[in-house]
Amino acid sequence: MTTAVERETVLDVRDLVKHFPVRQGALRRTVGLLKAVDGVSLELRRGETLGIVGESGCGKSTLAKLLTAHERPTSGRVTVLGRSLHDLRGGELRRARRHVQLIFQDPYTSLDPRMTVAATVREPYDVNPDLAPRGDRDRLVRELLEAVGLNPDHGGRYPHELSGGQRQRVGIARALALRPEVLVCDEPVSALDVSVQAQIVNLLEELRERFSLAYVFIAHDLSVVRHLADRVAVMYLGKVVETGSEAEVYESAAHPYTRALLSAAPVPDPAARGTRQEIVLDGEPPSPVDPPSGCSFHPRCFMAEDGCARSAPVLEPVAGAGHLVSCHLARHPGGDGP
Amino acid sequence: MTRLESLPGYDAAAPLLAVSELRVRFGATTVVDGVGYEVDGGQTLAVLGESGSGKSVTARAIMGLVRPPRGAVTAGSARLRGVDLLTLAEEERRRLRGTTIAMVFQDALSALNPVLSVGYQIAELFRAHQGLSRKEAARRAVEVLDLVRIPSAARRARDYPHQFSGGMRQRVGIGLAIALNPQVIIADEPTTALDVTVQAQIIRLLGELQREHGTALVLITHDMGVVADIADRVAVMYAGRVVEQGAAAEVYARPAHPYTEALLGAIPRPELRGRRLAVIPGAPPDPGRPEPGCRFRPRCGYAGDACGQQPPAREIGPGRLTACHEWERVTTP
Repeated sequence: MTTAVERETVLDVRDLVKHFPVRQGALRRTVGLLKAVDGVSLELRRGETLGIVGESGCGKSTLAKLLTAHERPTSGRVTVLGRSLHDLRGGELRRARRHVQLIFQDPYTSLDPRMTVAATVREPYDVNPDLAPRGDRDRLVRELLEAVGLNPDHGGRYPHELSGGQRQRVGIARALALRPEVLVCDEPVSALDVSVQAQIVNLLEELRERFSLAYVFIAHDLSVVRHLADRVAVMYLGKVVETGSEAEVYESAAHPYTRALLSAAPVPDPAARGTRQEIVLDGEPPSPVDPPSGCSFHPRCFMAEDGCARSAPVLEPVAGAGHLVSCHLARHPGGDGP
Repeated sequence: MTRLESLPGYDAAAPLLAVSELRVRFGATTVVDGVGYEVDGGQTLAVLGESGSGKSVTARAIMGLVRPPRGAVTAGSARLRGVDLLTLAEEERRRLRGTTIAMVFQDALSALNPVLSVGYQIAELFRAHQGLSRKEAARRAVEVLDLVRIPSAARRARDYPHQFSGGMRQRVGIGLAIALNPQVIIADEPTTALDVTVQAQIIRLLGELQREHGTALVLITHDMGVVADIADRVAVMYAGRVVEQGAAAEVYARPAHPYTEALLGAIPRPELRGRRLAVIPGAPPDPGRPEPGCRFRPRCGYAGDACGQQPPAREIGPGRLTACHEWERVTTP
């Protein structure tokens, strides 16, 4: 893949926190906090793809909304091309937000059923009139449809006339209209069949090269993330527990959760059955409303010791400088454990 | 209790479940068009297909859950040891459901009554089918919850469906299906709604139960990883038909249908990083507008003149079937 060492940082996230109050009863009193995102820091450079994996409730979808300013953080900062979204208001905020666009999971609900394909892709220009003169917009829409592999002559069609893959292409075309630097893709292929999923994965790769896009690619499918990502962050209960290059995370995973996640993913090869080391975790991810003490993974961890329930580990480098792990026990990749 | 042995057509030597030439229609649209597969005790058959392939409708038809006016089974048979479920009186068929053949749904919540405790619902099966006393049935229900590895089963039996997490709920759904020790279990996407680590637990549980009880398991899935993990045999469905069938290891190693080959090529694998994935151009056909010939022809790289005719299922090895005119070119490296 591409080396991203000297490239410009397009997205910088520091100590991002999003807590939702949990209300109960007739008076809607706040009885607790749902810690959806609980101190996440990330950096993304131009043309780079950061994969984010984790299970339901780990906060990955909330993170996507924070990065694209669909939600305001409780604390922490999102900096886009050197400008903090937090400090911006009005038109300036709108212009900064353009640089980071969101691709939704479900192409069935994310398109307005009453708008044609062309009108959907054209809408960002109507909302941001300074982006392109009125006379150019039809041409731009046709170019965008072509770029995402749709027939520009089919712009008059409605979402219900399209397949799932075609709808996802419309969503991508609309996001590209604003000439973003970053696309945040939240489970963009998980609602699609395998054969169509491959088409969209290929399209995202093509677009990345053509427009020097950076991606935050959020998915629960580890093999899709591995295919696309230069770097990977593994989330558990609102926190990044491990991050590193694709090879560091997939080949020398150091956090017990990452190792369990990788071993639980079925391998599409019957010949490999019984040959891989399997770590089957007990239980399910606990609720982010009342996370366990200390390391939040300790109740499910096959390595946990007494200390893990007492103090929370922090992200620290393991082998390489860019390979960070938050675990008291996983200092050396491939170390102890079953 | 109706025993399978006493029903017309019973043949101890016949396969445990044999589906043949099954056709299902919704309105004017044929969504299952001549599907057949077989599975025997102690075997896991995966039915692999994408959305709209007819894999779930086939299962629902076998279970007698496709009923007018919505849909109708228009041809074919689904035989349990020779007894055709589709021609049985509803009363007899109902008695076989649960005791001989049972289903696990993708969303266990839909199979459960929200206002009754899960223990009560499982106990009801024992009361209705085996005439057990309330107390005895409740005891057996706890045993079932224990069997599907629900911790503190005696206490959890009193809980309601919404009090269970997704994975635990799916265990309850499996418990409902296996309670009466059926010989055939059909599991329709049982892990699709679950997280990866929970999916691994459920797949492991299904495999263990299947081995311990010698059950025939029909696993309906779109996940090629899950198939590779658990299936002995696989039937690949496309557009309402089975296009290929055989031992899972053989089908994955040497696909004999262009669709299977393309599906396997479309999975991201570590060695393909940085390269484009193989894609299947286009989209599956609209079942409302069927075209003659092979359904896969418009998307197929091997298509030739013969493909204007519907390909018959051809046996190309023991238990190995393909419905492709050009299969020899597909299997030639």
